[in-house]
Amino acid sequence: MNTHRFTLSDTQLEALPSGALFWPARAMLCVSDLHLGKAERIARRGGAALPPYETRDTLTRLAADLERTQARIVLCLGDSFDDLSSARALPEEEKLWITRLQAGREWLWVEGNHDPGPVDLGGTHLAQHVDGPLVFRHVAETTQAGSVELSGHYHPKVRIALGGRTVSRPAFLYDQHRLIMPAYGTYTGGLDSRAPVFAPLLQPGACAVLTGKSAIAVPMPR
Amino acid sequence: MQALPPVFEKWFASKGWSIHPHQQEMLDRADAPALLLIAPTGGGKTLSGFLPTLIDLADGTHEGMHTLYISPLKALAADIKRNLTTPVEEMRLPITIDERTGDTTQTRRKRQRADPPNIFLTTPESLALLVSYEDAPRMFKGLKRVVIDEIHALAESKRGDQMMLALARLQTICPDLKRVGLSATVEDPAAIAHLMARHPDPCDILLADPGPAPDIQMLTTEEAPPWSGGGAAYAIPAVLEQVKQHNTTLIFHNTRAQAEIFFHNLWLANDESLPIGIHHGSLDREQRARVEGAMVRGDLRAIVCTGSLDLGIDWGDVDLVIQIGALKNVKRLVQRIGRANHRYNAPSKALLVPANRFEVVECVAALDAVLAGDLDGEARGPGPRDVLCQHILITACAGPFDADTLYTEVTSAGAYSNLSREAFDECLNFCATGGYALRAYDKWQRLLQRPDGLWQLRDPRSSRNIRMNIGTIQDTDTLKVRMRRNRGGKPLGEIEEGFVATLTPGDTFLIGGQIVKYEGLREMTVEVSRDAAKKPKIATFMGTKFATSMQLSDRVQQMFTQTSWPELPAHTAEWLHLQRDVSQLPQPGRLLVESFPHDGRAQTVIYGFAGRNGMQTLGLLLTKRMEEFGLNPLGFVATDYATLIWGLDPVEDPAPLFDAHALHDGLENWLAGNAVMKRTFRASATIAGLIERNTPSARKSGRQATFSSDILYDTLQRYEPDHLMLDITREEARRGLVDFGRIEEMLERVGGRIDHRKLSRVSPLSAPLMLEMGRVPVKGEAEERLLAEEAARLMETSGLAQITPPPADKPKWRVGW
Repeated sequence: MNTHRFTLSDTQLEALPSGALFWPARAMLCVSDLHLGKAERIARRGGAALPPYETRDTLTRLAADLERTQARIVLCLGDSFDDLSSARALPEEEKLWITRLQAGREWLWVEGNHDPGPVDLGGTHLAQHVDGPLVFRHVAETTQAGSVELSGHYHPKVRIALGGRTVSRPAFLYDQHRLIMPAYGTYTGGLDSRAPVFAPLLQPGACAVLTGKSAIAVPMPR
Repeated sequence: MQALPPVFEKWFASKGWSIHPHQQEMLDRADAPALLLIAPTGGGKTLSGFLPTLIDLADGTHEGMHTLYISPLKALAADIKRNLTTPVEEMRLPITIDERTGDTTQTRRKRQRADPPNIFLTTPESLALLVSYEDAPRMFKGLKRVVIDEIHALAESKRGDQMMLALARLQTICPDLKRVGLSATVEDPAAIAHLMARHPDPCDILLADPGPAPDIQMLTTEEAPPWSGGGAAYAIPAVLEQVKQHNTTLIFHNTRAQAEIFFHNLWLANDESLPIGIHHGSLDREQRARVEGAMVRGDLRAIVCTGSLDLGIDWGDVDLVIQIGALKNVKRLVQRIGRANHRYNAPSKALLVPANRFEVVECVAALDAVLAGDLDGEARGPGPRDVLCQHILITACAGPFDADTLYTEVTSAGAYSNLSREAFDECLNFCATGGYALRAYDKWQRLLQRPDGLWQLRDPRSSRNIRMNIGTIQDTDTLKVRMRRNRGGKPLGEIEEGFVATLTPGDTFLIGGQIVKYEGLREMTVEVSRDAAKKPKIATFMGTKFATSMQLSDRVQQMFTQTSWPELPAHTAEWLHLQRDVSQLPQPGRLLVESFPHDGRAQTVIYGFAGRNGMQTLGLLLTKRMEEFGLNPLGFVATDYATLIWGLDPVEDPAPLFDAHALHDGLENWLAGNAVMKRTFRASATIAGLIERNTPSARKSGRQATFSSDILYDTLQRYEPDHLMLDITREEARRGLVDFGRIEEMLERVGGRIDHRKLSRVSPLSAPLMLEMGRVPVKGEAEERLLAEEAARLMETSGLAQITPPPADKPKWRVGW
C-alpha cells in the first residue's frame, strides 16, 4: 500500500490512501467523519431515500484498513454517526458488524458536533483524547506550544490542475502543529483547501496528502 | 363554416386583413378534442390558436380561467401577452390576460391563484408547479382550452413529456378540455399528434400552406474563414454591411459566449454607432426586457442573440436573419429563418455565416438539404421514467391519490401510452420507499399508503422540497453578477459557478456586451467593476450544443468523395486539397485514422462518420481499449464526423484497437463506469427526485454538507446494480449513446481497411476538432501518472520535498519557515 509517512512532534505517522491515519508506535488507526446512518437521517427528515448502503460501504473499507494495519486501537474522531438517532437506528446487522470489528481492540469514540453524546455501542466515549504530544479532538482549536492537534470536521479536499483537467480528492492537511483529517465516510462531500476557513488554521508551507489509489503529498493549495 | 362575429369582422377589416384559410378551419373545428396546426412562421399561428377563445369570451359570461397557453420560452409568454392585448383592447373585449413564468413576482402569483385570469400564459415548469398545489382544481375550474405553442420544440425534450403529464392531470380536473397544438414545419406531424392527443382519442392535423421557399445564401466574404474556431470575427465587416442594408437584422449564435464575443467585436467596428442590442438567457431579466422593448418599437437595427430568441416571437419588422456558425440541423435552420420577413407569403431572407472552413462544407450541405425540402429528425422513445417519478411526487403534493386512477391518467399521455402497470408500480415504489432491495426506509417512506388505499406524503412538509425541484431542464449552478458599487449595484446577468471558480480578482470577462473586471464574491454574488481593457478573458457561458443530424452528416461525407469542389468557396476547396496533400480525405468503405503530436499530447483522430452519438460511443470504447493497451488515454471528444482521442502515448498500430470482438466484450461491464453514465445518472436522479437541486441557501451552508452524485452512482452500482434508477440511467444513456449496432455496422463497412496516417502535426481536417466543446475525460492510469508527476513537481518547486516525507532515521522536520 502506497502510504505517506511523516513525522509530527517526533511522532511517526502514516497517512493511508483510504483517508485513515495510522500511528505505528501505538498500532492505532484513526478515522474521522464516518457519518454512519446519513441516508437514514436524510430520509427521516423528509429528504430523498438515498441508496441505504453507505454504512456497510464505510465499514467494509474500515475492516480492510484494520486487516492491513493490524491496529490494536481504533480512534473515531467525531461525527462517526450522522446524528445520535441514526446511531440508535443502525440495523442490527450493522451494529453486530461494528461489534465484530471492536473484538480484541480498544475502541475510542471522540464526540463530534453530529454525535455529541455516548452511543449504545461498545467502546469508550470521549470529548477528546490526549496521548503524548498528540491531542485528538473533532474540531480544530488553538493549539498549545509543543503539542500537535489532530482533528476532522471540515472534510478537506484538494483540487489540482493537471493541464486541462482538474482532480479533486479528499485530503489530509498538516503543518507541524496541526493535522486535519479527510472525511472517511462514503456519503461525505468536501471543502476545498482554498476555503477561507483553512487559512488561519494551517501555516504557510503546510502539506496536503491526497487520498485515492495512493497517498500523494503536495504543498497545500491555498 | 363558422362566421366571424361582427366585432371581429370589423376589426379584421380595420387592419386590412382577411382571415387565413387555416385560421378559419381552426375556428370551424374548435370543438375537436385535439387539433394540431402545422404552419410556417408568420402564418398567423398564434391568432389561429386564440381566435376561438376570443370569440367565446367576447360576451363576458365566462368566469375564471378559459384558456391556458403554454410556451417553451418565458419571453414568448410575455410577447403573446403583448400581442393579445392589442386586439382585446381594440375590440374592447372583456377579457383578462396574465402570464406566469419563473420571473413572475410572488404577489402576482398569489393573485393569480386567488383570481385566475381568463387567458393564462405559462411555461411547462410553471404549469407543473401549479398542478402540484392542493387548490389546482379551483384555479383551473372552467378551463375549456389549452393552446400549446411551438409544440415541435417541446416535443423534442423531457419538458414536453412533463407538460403532457400535467395536461393529463388537468384533463381529469376539466374533462371537456380541448387541446390545440401549434407547430412549425416538422418532418413527422403524426408523431407530435400522438404525443399531444389524449390517448387513445385521435388528434387531427391541419397543414397550412407552407408559403414560398426561403431565400437562403451563404455570406461570401473577401477574407477566408479560419481553419477552426467559432467566433466568425473575420465576417464582422461583411455582417455590418448587411445590417446597414436592412431595416432590422437578427444575428443568431449557437452559444451565449459566442454571442457575447461577436457583439463585442461588432460594437468595436460599429463606426456609425448603429443601434445594436444583445439578448441571451444569461442576461439579467430587466436587461432582456429592455432589449425586447426596443426591438418591438423598432429602435434597433440589429440584435445579436441565441436560441432564447429562437421561437415564434414577433419582433416586428425583421427583414434579415443571419446565422453565425453552421446550424447543425436543417429543421432548426428553416425554423430560425422563419423569423425574417414576418409576413405570410413573402419569402424569408437569411444568410449563413460559417465560422470556420469545416462549417463552410456544412453550410453548403445544409443549403442543399433546404432546397431539397429535406427535413431531419429523430424519433423519441417511450416516455422517460424519471419524468414519471417526478410527476408522481407532484401528484402527491396536490393531495392523496389512487394508484389505479393515476396509472390510467398517465397512460392517457401519448408518450406513456405503452407504459406497463409493472413499470408504473416500480416508479411509484421508488417514490415511496426508494425501491431498494434492502428495506431500509419502511419507517421513513416518502409516500405512505393509507388504510383506504390512497397514497399520500408521509410528511406534508416535504412538498416544499418537491416543488423546489420541479422541472426537467438540467441547469448548471449559476451566480448573479453585479456591478460593485456602494450597495446593490446594477445586476448584469448570471454566469456559471464553474466559470467563477476559475476567476481570480483582476480577471476580465464579457457580459451583456461590456468588459468587466472580477472583484470578488460576496454572499454568492459576483462583484465586478467596469474595465477599459480591449481583450477580455472569455466568458464560458453554457450554450446549447446541437448535434448535426445524420442526414447532414451523410451529405458532408458525400462531398469528401468529390475530386474537386466547384460549389465551395476557393479557400475551403483549397483546405480540402491541402488535407488531401498532407494526409488524405476519408473515403467510403475505408476508415481514416490520423495520429500526430499536439499540445504535448499524443492525438489520434478517427473519421468514422457514424454521427455524434455513434462517434461518442466509439470514443468511450476506444479509450477503454487504449487503457488496456497501456496507451494512457486522457480523454476524447466526438463530433458527427470524427472522434479525437488524446493521451500520453502515441498509437502505433490502430488495427488491434478496432477488434470487433474485443470492443463488444468490454461493452457491458465497462459502460457502467464511464463519465457519460455518471452525467446521465446525475440528470435523471435529479429529475426523479433522488438528488435535490443545489439551492443558493444550500450552497451557502457549505460544501461539506453535500456530496457528489458520483458517490451515489458508485454505491448503487456496487450494492444494487439492478435498481430502477440505474435501469433508467441506462435507458437514458441509450437515447444519447447510439447502441453498439451502429459501430458494428461501421466496422463491417470498413472491413479492416484502415488507413493510418502518422503525421508530424495537426492535419487540416482535424484542426476544428481541437476547439470542439464537450470533452470527456478518461479516469485511468494516465490521470494517476499525471497527478504523481505534478505532485512531485509541486513538492520540488516549493522546497517541501527536502523536508517531507522525512525518512525515519533522518533529522525530524520541526522548524518553522
